Amino acid sequence: MIQRLRSIIRKEFIQIRRDPRTLGLIIIIPVMQLFLLGYAATNDIRNVAMAVYDLDKSEESRSLVQAYSNAEYFQVIEYVSSEEELQTLIEYGDARVGLLIPPDYSHDLNAGQTAQIGFVIDGSDPSIAKTALSSAQLIGQAYGASIQEERLVRNGMGGINFQPVEVRTQVWYNPTLEDAYFMVPGIVGMVLFTLTSMVTANSIVRERERGTIEQLIVTPIRPWEMVLGKMVPYVILAFINTGEVLLIGSLWFGVPIRGSLLLVFGLSGVFLMTSLGIGLLASTIASTQQEAMMIVYMIFLPSVFLSGFFFPIQAMPKVLQWISYGIPLRYYMSIIRALLLKGVGLPAIQTDVTLLALFGLGLLIIASVRFRKRLD
Amino acid sequence: MTEKLLQVNSVSRSFGDLQAVKDLTMQVRGGEIFGLMGPDGAGKTTLMRIICGALLPDTGEVLVNGISMNKSPDQARSEIGYLSQRFSMYEDLTVLENLRFFAEVRGLAADVWRPRTLEILDFVGLGEFTGRLAGRLSGGMKQKLGLAASLVHRPRLLLLDEPTGGVDPVTRQDFWQLLIRLVREEHVGVLVSTPYMDEAVRCTYVGMMAAGSLVLEGPPSELRNALEGQILQLRGAPLLAWRRAAANLPDVLDIQVSGTYLHLRVAPGRARAVTRALKQLARERGLSLETLAPTDPLLEDVFNAAIVDHVSTEGLYQINGVQHD
Repeated sequence: MIQRLRSIIRKEFIQIRRDPRTLGLIIIIPVMQLFLLGYAATNDIRNVAMAVYDLDKSEESRSLVQAYSNAEYFQVIEYVSSEEELQTLIEYGDARVGLLIPPDYSHDLNAGQTAQIGFVIDGSDPSIAKTALSSAQLIGQAYGASIQEERLVRNGMGGINFQPVEVRTQVWYNPTLEDAYFMVPGIVGMVLFTLTSMVTANSIVRERERGTIEQLIVTPIRPWEMVLGKMVPYVILAFINTGEVLLIGSLWFGVPIRGSLLLVFGLSGVFLMTSLGIGLLASTIASTQQEAMMIVYMIFLPSVFLSGFFFPIQAMPKVLQWISYGIPLRYYMSIIRALLLKGVGLPAIQTDVTLLALFGLGLLIIASVRFRKRLD
Repeated sequence: MTEKLLQVNSVSRSFGDLQAVKDLTMQVRGGEIFGLMGPDGAGKTTLMRIICGALLPDTGEVLVNGISMNKSPDQARSEIGYLSQRFSMYEDLTVLENLRFFAEVRGLAADVWRPRTLEILDFVGLGEFTGRLAGRLSGGMKQKLGLAASLVHRPRLLLLDEPTGGVDPVTRQDFWQLLIRLVREEHVGVLVSTPYMDEAVRCTYVGMMAAGSLVLEGPPSELRNALEGQILQLRGAPLLAWRRAAANLPDVLDIQVSGTYLHLRVAPGRARAVTRALKQLARERGLSLETLAPTDPLLEDVFNAAIVDHVSTEGLYQINGVQHD
């Protein structure tokens, strides 16, 4: 039994070595994903292109524009002289927002009245628009408050605390709100999932597709020996990938690894049971490698979107939230994020761990039962 | 010579409505090459797969060297070498790596499989190619590698499922030489299925399968004798007109066209009557007749006769590859 298992594992390793292109992809893809998602998938919005239509052209209006461009959120790209021009800039996408300062701005301000300004936002990309909207309001309010304070000082009422409540925010675990902190742990989960499920499904289906299963059938190899023998090399590769992503994540993106590495790898192993199970299950349904890929992909897509990898689960409609409970990646995402960023121990994540382990066991059992039937 | 290496006892197997193997019984003895003939779809591969334990029979039993395949499959399989129709070695492993893998998973220790592997590779003529990737071998060499892998654990019974399918004639010749030597030197029993009638002559015993049953079996020479005096050879022009004319005679059971000849099988004892009728037809219709004489039956005739008879008695659909007008 041990000899058979060893022979299968050695055979798989030889086959992996003989296919350096696939091996290369397995090593490179996680790095690519890491850099792509670490940089591209960011919600940090800075330097939104802003056009200014200043009808007042006063010292006060220039100081307002200065206040907006100081905040790094907006970058003044052009001063326009008509509303049409402003519209054209936004239509062509050269500007995302427009600041309109009416001719009586400084007059109203100096008269102690409320001065109005206009702010136009291109809403075609909601995520940019939302950030622009809230920062525009925040900057405006802050600027307004500073004018108010100035007036009070001028009127000899300085030193009075004009702000009754001050909210002092403090962000834990990711104080600078780096998106990479959020993405990198997620990428670990995605890499583990894709690599193991796709490769397992493929390598089993390949035995059938190429006819080698015919010869395996007349040997005393047990189905579970074949499955285990095939999994061992890919689990090792998956752990190498995990290390790779964590290393680059912490050295390049500065993502902290606050929890215990032992726990990270151990619980990754638990998660691997689920993705191996999915791969195995796909191999019992598919008869060609292409089919196997399609099936794994079908599971992969909802897993990525409903696991909280990109979008927060709390923001989803109730139905999707319920469905997400059936997605193993969801549990792993919250486990790995908690481990890396919060540095928690097992007690804090035990519900997720338990559910993940149950999923893994269940999937493996169902898959093995089905796998046995297909061999006969 | 008389030990029964394989006993198939009343084995049946269905796939849905299709009965692929029907109550089939057969034996293979040591030193025997049992040729399993029959058209595509006759159930040869299903039978092979049942014998090697890849499929379970619905009823019946398979004994390999006296060991039941149902009860102790691993022990029974250790007596079997199986060469499937499709190439079933790993193309990305070398010749030696393939043999090592299949030897090891069958539980052979290194001091056993190493010498045995080299011996077998020399035997099949792959001794120089141990380091070559299996995928880079020619069709004939692949077949030999498959044979070597199925022999590595010294099985008593060799199952070969259409081993010469898609292989060139010279390689086929080669392969059969190997097989005959193997039976002589290692005294194994061989069960070989083949769609090629000419290969049946090389077997010591042949069985004809049609629609899931063995419809005929025996040593090739005996089988041929059974049709003695029932085969006529006709050469004339136009051949097509002759064919139509002959088909109308009730005593003509089967017509095969081979080159410029018609090969006629007639009802027992009716050869003279048919000859007379054909000669009369030649006069009446002005067909030219060069030769018309009895000839030695071929195995093809025997098999065609068996299948046509079987099909007409069982009332089955027409079987692929059999012509009967």
